[in-house]
Amino acid sequence: MSTATVEELTEVAAPEPFWSRQRRLGLALVLIGLLAAAVFGSLAPSEDARFTLSEDAEGAALSINGQFGAVLFGLLALAAGGAMLAGLARRRSNVLLSLGILAFVLSFLCWQVAGNFMPLVDTTEGTLQLALPLILGALAGVLGERSGVVNVAIEGQFLMGAFAGALVGTMATSVWVGLISAALGGVIIAAILAVLSIRYLVDQTVVGMVLNLFALGITGFLYERLMQPDAQTYNTPPQMPEWRIPALADIPVVGPVLFQANLLVWVALALVVVIHFGLSRTRWGLRTRAVGEHPTAADTVGIRVRGLRYLNVLLGGVVAGIGGAYFTLVATGNFTKNMTAGAGFIALAALIFGRYTPFGALGAALFFGFAQKLATYLSAIESPVPSQFLNMLPYLATLIAVAGLVGRVRAPAADGVPYIKG
Amino acid sequence: MRGITKRFGDLVANDHIDITVEPGEVHALLGENGAGKSTLMNQLYGLLHPDEGQILVNDEPVVFNSPRDAIAAGIGMVHQHFMLVPVFTVAENIALGAEETRGGPLGWLDRRRSRRDVIDTSTKYGLPVDPDALVEDLPVGAQQRVEIVKALTREVDLLILDEPTAVLTPQETEELLAVMRSLTAMGKSIVFITHKLKEVKAIADRITVVRRGKIVGTASPDTSEDELAALMVGRAVSLEVQKTPAEPGAGVLKIDGLVVDDDRGIRAVDGVDLEVRAGEVLGIAGVQGNGQTELVEAVMGLREVRAGSVRLEGDDLIGLSTKKILRSGVGYVPEDRSHDGVVKEFSVAENLILDMYDSAPYGNAFRIDGGKVGGNAQERIEQFDIRCQSADTLVGTLSGGNQQKVVVAREMSRPLRLFIASQPTRGVDVGSIEFIHKQIVHERDQGTAVLVVSSELDEVVGLADRIAVMYRGRILAIVSPDTPREELGLLMAGITGAPAEGEK
Repeated sequence: MSTATVEELTEVAAPEPFWSRQRRLGLALVLIGLLAAAVFGSLAPSEDARFTLSEDAEGAALSINGQFGAVLFGLLALAAGGAMLAGLARRRSNVLLSLGILAFVLSFLCWQVAGNFMPLVDTTEGTLQLALPLILGALAGVLGERSGVVNVAIEGQFLMGAFAGALVGTMATSVWVGLISAALGGVIIAAILAVLSIRYLVDQTVVGMVLNLFALGITGFLYERLMQPDAQTYNTPPQMPEWRIPALADIPVVGPVLFQANLLVWVALALVVVIHFGLSRTRWGLRTRAVGEHPTAADTVGIRVRGLRYLNVLLGGVVAGIGGAYFTLVATGNFTKNMTAGAGFIALAALIFGRYTPFGALGAALFFGFAQKLATYLSAIESPVPSQFLNMLPYLATLIAVAGLVGRVRAPAADGVPYIKG
Repeated sequence: MRGITKRFGDLVANDHIDITVEPGEVHALLGENGAGKSTLMNQLYGLLHPDEGQILVNDEPVVFNSPRDAIAAGIGMVHQHFMLVPVFTVAENIALGAEETRGGPLGWLDRRRSRRDVIDTSTKYGLPVDPDALVEDLPVGAQQRVEIVKALTREVDLLILDEPTAVLTPQETEELLAVMRSLTAMGKSIVFITHKLKEVKAIADRITVVRRGKIVGTASPDTSEDELAALMVGRAVSLEVQKTPAEPGAGVLKIDGLVVDDDRGIRAVDGVDLEVRAGEVLGIAGVQGNGQTELVEAVMGLREVRAGSVRLEGDDLIGLSTKKILRSGVGYVPEDRSHDGVVKEFSVAENLILDMYDSAPYGNAFRIDGGKVGGNAQERIEQFDIRCQSADTLVGTLSGGNQQKVVVAREMSRPLRLFIASQPTRGVDVGSIEFIHKQIVHERDQGTAVLVVSSELDEVVGLADRIAVMYRGRILAIVSPDTPREELGLLMAGITGAPAEGEK
């Protein structure tokens, strides 16, 4: 008998459905590109839009005629969409998509900034600051979900962290004690989540939502009963100092943003790197991923599935609690009711948008941070767009990112599935 | 193991079982599905804890609280459902739980050493595996080698193999038996769990037969197959399917150039042409995962068709809803009984009308006629010998064999033009297998076109009038059931006698 095999046969050709994902996205890009070129272009005054490298209107700047820019970038978005529609560069369709969206944003900016200026340092710094809690929250999510526990309670962990940080920080008059308390506040919520979902197998999404409401209720109550009547004693936490690294801080744009900053900036960025390498290169990470993908397999090689899940959810509580500390110890200087305003949910979106990876979460968080910063900037320059719409911007960006751009993200196989032995 | 007893609620899964494995022997544990073999071995591996009895290793009593203890005592297990993380590489899977690290608080992995360990073990025992391949990309045979290497890197003295041949081609099974022989030659002991008599006779040094949680006898490998089967089932059984030659009529199901993708968007069915004629059984043989599942799902309207046509007596089925396809006279026994075949929380009577609940005589769009449903259930229960306390018993409490009879009874109680059965006897006891096979042949004799998909070669050979061998989404050949086993085995491995069709 000869040994002909069929390994080498080529696949039978099957017609691709014409409206593939790439084409649909391409069409959407063409439409928004057209909209940008026509609407933004016609509305934009024919004045210079200046993007300054320094803090104020003076100094070095990139400038472009607003009307020309709005039309130019609108047409670029249209071209990117057209390329996708024509089926060019299939492999690189994500690059085209990103370019198209970037061009659309720039077209919008040219319209808005025309006759005005946008300070790049301030924008970058604001983006990073606003992204900070999102980065930390999304990392907390990465820790839990990669080991198989869905963490919808990031919002609750933020609130508890923010509250505990403000309260204990004020009483101890130490920002560091406040920071540690914030972490513990996050851990409390994480611990309830862990026990209920791992030990008692309660639906993890439901537990998470209930914990969010619980955190909102208890911090709101204590705020009104304890903090408001005597803010001096309970709600004036010391602020995290800003540290400056000499030399490095003098680099233009990057320097003041990264090297003249508070500790949380460095903690958040370091955690992204640590968790990335931890997950991919260490025993802890290998086991965590195994437990999140196939807990039974992990159990049969002697890994304590539940123990590892507890550990990771609690670690996530620490990280999210620190993220909560941002609100009271860095951003505002005191606690107010429901001050996180859904940031925990945007962090959750960043986690999914970032495909459950630390660097992905970082990128997504920066994207959402930029949307928030843009909203405040636009209302500051008295943009013709109504402020209510501007306030919707971060949430709208979240919706479009998660629903439209990501499509189906492959979550860890056992995410949200409790492990029952036997 | 001495006096091992394990109960799940009222069910006694293991009833005072004594079993001894000597060094260097292959000890076969023979029994039907659900007899309690896997339960017994899961206790030896520390996954379950015996309610009574003792486990002794080298005459020392031991207590295994988790697989970690069992591994430490030199026991390894290859599970029936592989315990491999699909998105990990082979080396990562093998290292998992016993990682080589270079220290550090989180344990920095020493990936070079893990790779070398894998290569060392795989060459030492002659089990070729690629340490860098992703497990999900490997065929099942290779995944099984990974499982065995994983156990062997942990320096086991006793290896438990739970139904290892269920997913293998005949050639792969031969290779596995050879590996088992070389392992015992190195002084390792093997517990071989199976329900396949031929393999037991080929490899075992000693055979213990388990039935309904009890040891019903021990046998030596020269006991005849009929005797072993009788011991296993508790009565004499006929291993052959009794049937007369088929009298095929006109073509009923005609598939042309069918192309279907799997869930990951990878081509699963790659240009299949097939015809099933009235009054014949067409069997599809092939190792699991070669597109059989997707083929059947596409025919049933459960999966999107990329190209090609599916016609039932000339009517195009593509684009029709599954409901319409069923109502046009197609009976369908799905591959995964507990997911797609029955609703476990529903009663037997309800499950028997799952696809007829809204049509006469059982009901209409607004109501269901309880009396008619009950009457139908009584009839079917008798006709199909479904063993249950009453028609109101929940299907989830029945044995696998009886659940499958419920599915078969439901699907055969309508006038059919085409009957499709995927893995009709998977997880079913020998008695029920016999019965279901008879029903399938009976349906054929009524003039229905029958399509049977099974990864059990014996089943396909026994039932089919023609066999289509499927490999990597293609039908490699259509042969008669008298074709020698070796040839079928080679076809299942993708090796055709003549240069493969379509090769240029």
